[in-house]
Amino acid sequence: MSGMHGTETTAGPVEGHVPPEATSATGEPGANSAGMAAVGRVAREVMPVTGVIADPTQLRTYECDGLAHYRVTPALVVLPETTEQLAAVVRACSEHGVPFVARGSGTGLSGGSLPRADGVLIVTSRMRTIREIRRADQRAVVDPGVINLDVTRAATPEGYYYAPDPSSQQICSIGGNLAENSGGAHCLKYGFTSNHVLGTELVTPQGDIVTLGGLAPDAPGYDLLGTVVGSEGTLGIATTATVRLVRLPEEVRTLLAGFASTDEAGAATSAIISAGVLPAAIEMMDALAIEAAEAAVHCNYPAGAGAVLVIELDGPSAEVEHEYAQVERICQDHGAFELRLAIDAAERALIWKGRKSAFAAVGRISPDYIVQDGVIPRTALPEVLRAIAELSSSSGVRVANVFHAGDGNLHPLVLFDDAKPGAGDAAEKVSGAILDLCISHGGAITGEHGVGVDKAAYMPKMFTDDDLDTMQLVRCAFDPGNISNPGKIFPTPRLCGEVPGKRKHAHPLVEAGLADAF
Amino acid sequence: MTTAARTRLDAARTALGSACGEVTDGTPADAVDGVPVGLVARPASTPEVAEVLRAAAVYGLVVVPRGHGTKMSWGRPPEQADLVLDLSRMSAVLDHAAGDLIVDTQAGAPLAEVQRTVAGAGQRLALDEPVAGSTIGGMLATNTSGPGRMAVGTARDLLIGVTVVRADGVVAKAGGRVVKNVAGYDLGKLVIGSYGTLAVVTQAVFRLHPVPVARRVVNVSADSPDDAQRLVQQVVHAQLVPAAVEVDWPGTGGGTVGVLLEGTEAGVEGRTAATIALLGGDAAAADGLPSGWGRLPWDEDPTTGRATALKATFALSGLSRVLEAGRAAAAAAAVPLRLRGSGGAGVLHGSLPADTDVAAVREVVTRLREACAVAGGALVVLDGPPEVKAGVDTWGPVPALDLMRRVKEQFDPERRLAPGRFVGGI
Repeated sequence: MSGMHGTETTAGPVEGHVPPEATSATGEPGANSAGMAAVGRVAREVMPVTGVIADPTQLRTYECDGLAHYRVTPALVVLPETTEQLAAVVRACSEHGVPFVARGSGTGLSGGSLPRADGVLIVTSRMRTIREIRRADQRAVVDPGVINLDVTRAATPEGYYYAPDPSSQQICSIGGNLAENSGGAHCLKYGFTSNHVLGTELVTPQGDIVTLGGLAPDAPGYDLLGTVVGSEGTLGIATTATVRLVRLPEEVRTLLAGFASTDEAGAATSAIISAGVLPAAIEMMDALAIEAAEAAVHCNYPAGAGAVLVIELDGPSAEVEHEYAQVERICQDHGAFELRLAIDAAERALIWKGRKSAFAAVGRISPDYIVQDGVIPRTALPEVLRAIAELSSSSGVRVANVFHAGDGNLHPLVLFDDAKPGAGDAAEKVSGAILDLCISHGGAITGEHGVGVDKAAYMPKMFTDDDLDTMQLVRCAFDPGNISNPGKIFPTPRLCGEVPGKRKHAHPLVEAGLADAF
Repeated sequence: MTTAARTRLDAARTALGSACGEVTDGTPADAVDGVPVGLVARPASTPEVAEVLRAAAVYGLVVVPRGHGTKMSWGRPPEQADLVLDLSRMSAVLDHAAGDLIVDTQAGAPLAEVQRTVAGAGQRLALDEPVAGSTIGGMLATNTSGPGRMAVGTARDLLIGVTVVRADGVVAKAGGRVVKNVAGYDLGKLVIGSYGTLAVVTQAVFRLHPVPVARRVVNVSADSPDDAQRLVQQVVHAQLVPAAVEVDWPGTGGGTVGVLLEGTEAGVEGRTAATIALLGGDAAAADGLPSGWGRLPWDEDPTTGRATALKATFALSGLSRVLEAGRAAAAAAAVPLRLRGSGGAGVLHGSLPADTDVAAVREVVTRLREACAVAGGALVVLDGPPEVKAGVDTWGPVPALDLMRRVKEQFDPERRLAPGRFVGGI
């Protein structure tokens, strides 16, 4: 495994090559070398010498993101410090037809920032200024390279925090979060990145700088911001983000509940939600995941549990107290044999440590593993978990389950030892079968990790050709040249027709100069 | 209507009739913001909508989608309206999965009907209905919102799946039936607030919330715009998690700040007491919602005819500036301006009487727009009498307009969906 990016990384001596199905996403080395050279010249003109990397050895350090078994060495890496520098490079790419890929901290788990061999990797890690903490407006304005947790750190003295909290929040960047519409444990109550990013300055694939949204809600016109968030870098590069800050809750209660099985824990989860309680988070881990976390961080989870739930309630004290009583009773009714309420911040941190370290911890019980990310309707949890268990036993491939139970977002960890012949393939098969289960239960092929290069091939299982074609109309509007992170999300690129600027049908009165366009 | 146009419509009628069965001539009542309508088609399903749009494409008809027609005059008048695509027959609430807290509904379903369906399980679609009688599709197309937006947001925060039919009749969906999903582009957000100019929404899936057991409103008087802002700031920075923070600012004198608290009986009781103590003054609790709560101010316009309907948005710290500017502009133009809306979310709606002189409307719009812009927001004239629409820049400046035009060109290259109704002549 790459080992360089935070907690959520995938393993993989399956590395060093890109599977054949992904080659359309990666480009041919040396393609359009004249264009590449021209972009390099512009980059060197507008940026300090340390901001342009062309040395092959250095380039290799950028060959993958958090999904380390896809690797491609980029033709050029640039590290702009300003929006203008970044836009100048993108403009040059546009002029010379050179593809570019944006990257924040490189923690993504779907290969969304996998470089192009024939393109530029634009790394935003030097754009790391928190521009404003606007308490009165409950907003912060930050650069794309700012680390997720740093927004919360900067807002906490004012009594605020940034709600979306992917497990990699100590290292992942806001720009990457915006591209991927990142979730996290607490999005059950507070929503995802798309609910918290209210404005952005976007460098379009033509290199223009446009403002979408802002400090105020409901900007007139199409909600392009809503489409850009989660578009995985295919519609341009965000160079600032205006984000919502959320008031710190008066009280937080974190409860750890031990159950004999995932069936009981799943039923308890459904019962809590059905009772009208909306916890900040409900996380589940099964026996194998608990074993791994225990070995790694000694989180002291209930011994012998077949499943644990981590349930966090937050809000005004009077509400939390009432909800806690309800949750406690529901857990007991559903067979919880141990309930442990964190009595202080240290205990709360320990409970969460077990959960947040689970992905990495699995590395201790298995040399290799695949992190899967799929979503099912919450009520299908027990049935799907049983089906995963059957898949596991029939194939002999071990699967550890760690997931956001409250919103049905599964993260099965498919364990294997790549030193054993065929083990990687068997694991891939199980991993794929789990996604099929999600789809057949009316779910989604990704809840928060994105499609990237990893799941583009699964998109046709969830969407029709017409669905995908319609989505790509947006792509064609933003990026008709198909140079902004090409090959990601969509298995087949759409031909876009004409380039922007040449408008076929302006308002006839505007065209005739008889009316202003309002 | 020219003879050529009439002939074209007559030819299209047969094709439309075989597409959906229910096709009638447009009546004066069908006119869209004064623009006469040739035909009205009432398809009963998504495939029928697709057939109708394919037929409309063949005959080059300009199509304006309609739900219950409660907001047809919002935006600018379309350049033309050969065909109204009426979705009111698609009124089924298809599936309420209570355990998953989602509802799947046809776009022509009345919002109130959706609420009735999900209320049986103690749930609600956490979207207000500021315009009574709205359908799901109409609400999405105009992105209406009310007091509750402060806590749970707007349609963009609750729509998890959408089915649309493009101008060329292609049916496409995005999102799905699960609350968490990042597969593919979020087309739902793109069609929200698009006034029917991109595609016709035929089906929508929403995330639901539990109905709180208890609710209480604390009202407090505000003497001045600064006072209103001080009160709103106090309550949003407290840890009371209000469901709504409303400001009602009549044409004269001071106004009212209302704080809605929702939750458990005991919780709401405690938070109500804390809110009263925090706000001081004449703060007092009421069990019911105050009169006018969540109502759009133009619905209370005493003059006959169509009032001018404004929507002002701003960063929270801009509240006093916007209230101040509104009052000053109205005084200068000698018209009464009532502002009301979510002080906690930064959205106020305003109303100028139907008989207000166009120059006066323009003056108020200009000054209020300046104040909103300084506060990071915008001022839009949602609706108004024809003279106002003709004489006022109703949408105002729109950043990224060029990109929006490009999106429109991709979805509707022939400009046949409600052309001219949206920003920049889109």
